[in-house]
Amino acid sequence: MSWIENRFEEGVIVTSLDWALNWARRSSLWPMTFGLACCAIEMMATGASRFDLDRFGAGAFRATPRQSDLMIVAGTVTYKMASRLKRLYHQMPDPKYVMAMGACTVGGGPYFIHGYHVVKGVDLVVPVDIYVPGCPPRPESLMEGLMRLQDKIANQTIARRRLEPAKN
Amino acid sequence: MTPEQISRRLQDRFADAVRAADASGLHPHAVVEPGRWVEVARFLRDDADLAMDFLRSISGVDYPEDGKLVSVYDLISTRHGHAFAIKVEAPRDNPHTPSVCDVWPAADWHEREAFDLLGIVYDGHPRLTRILLPDDWAGYPLRKDYEFPREYHGIPCSTETNQERPLH
Repeated sequence: MSWIENRFEEGVIVTSLDWALNWARRSSLWPMTFGLACCAIEMMATGASRFDLDRFGAGAFRATPRQSDLMIVAGTVTYKMASRLKRLYHQMPDPKYVMAMGACTVGGGPYFIHGYHVVKGVDLVVPVDIYVPGCPPRPESLMEGLMRLQDKIANQTIARRRLEPAKN
Repeated sequence: MTPEQISRRLQDRFADAVRAADASGLHPHAVVEPGRWVEVARFLRDDADLAMDFLRSISGVDYPEDGKLVSVYDLISTRHGHAFAIKVEAPRDNPHTPSVCDVWPAADWHEREAFDLLGIVYDGHPRLTRILLPDDWAGYPLRKDYEFPREYHGIPCSTETNQERPLH
């Protein structure tokens, strides 16, 4: 994904560098200000003082995709919005992560059957790292999702992956 | 004025243009001939006793069994405080209704919305284009016989639970 990944053999130096890189990445996830519907209210609450997303280093909501690492898709994605969402995703610099927040972005939610205009899950448009269910999710859920994303980042490595036989 | 008085006044003035009227129910309304609708609208607005100066909403209704698309105009008078509704019917296979943009400017966006979602063509509208959906959307989603698209710009639109998700 990034310029440095999958370029080194495994070893002590790589492992230490991994730890430092991943610590830096997971401790300063800057989310993009991207509220589409009612989930955005919960996202704002999460960013505000009562729940305080800044405790996890993810409170710096950026107003531009070019400065952000994490796209929290908070709300209903319509087909009209999907093309914009895809463009914003491509404008983000690597490494970038996407969190699907709420039932609508996880799989269409209440609009699954009768919503002619709603994308049935944002993973049909962009790759998603973390799914946070709920309608809308409580701020605790969003923070849980963020912590799981930090766990995911902590397990990244810049070492070349050993080729494994495909499991099918 | 009471709904009965409004209905009687309309029927006295436009005996040939008012097809039917129901002033007793929860939603007092009159059905007006499409060809005379603009004339009736001007009378409703300009008559000193009626003074329907505020168009609250335009609802489009689809009646497939009757072969009709009906526009429901909810009017109130801010001067007298009374309310009344007008229904204008259009055939489903060629739905044309005269525009009342010139009478009530509020009709502009409402008519565009009814055109967008139900396909009612308002003759005389200054810019009758889609207002909510993308310009290249096919079909009119709120019609009863609307079929959901299978794909929109590369995004699958399936509502089957076992749908295939793309691998990013």
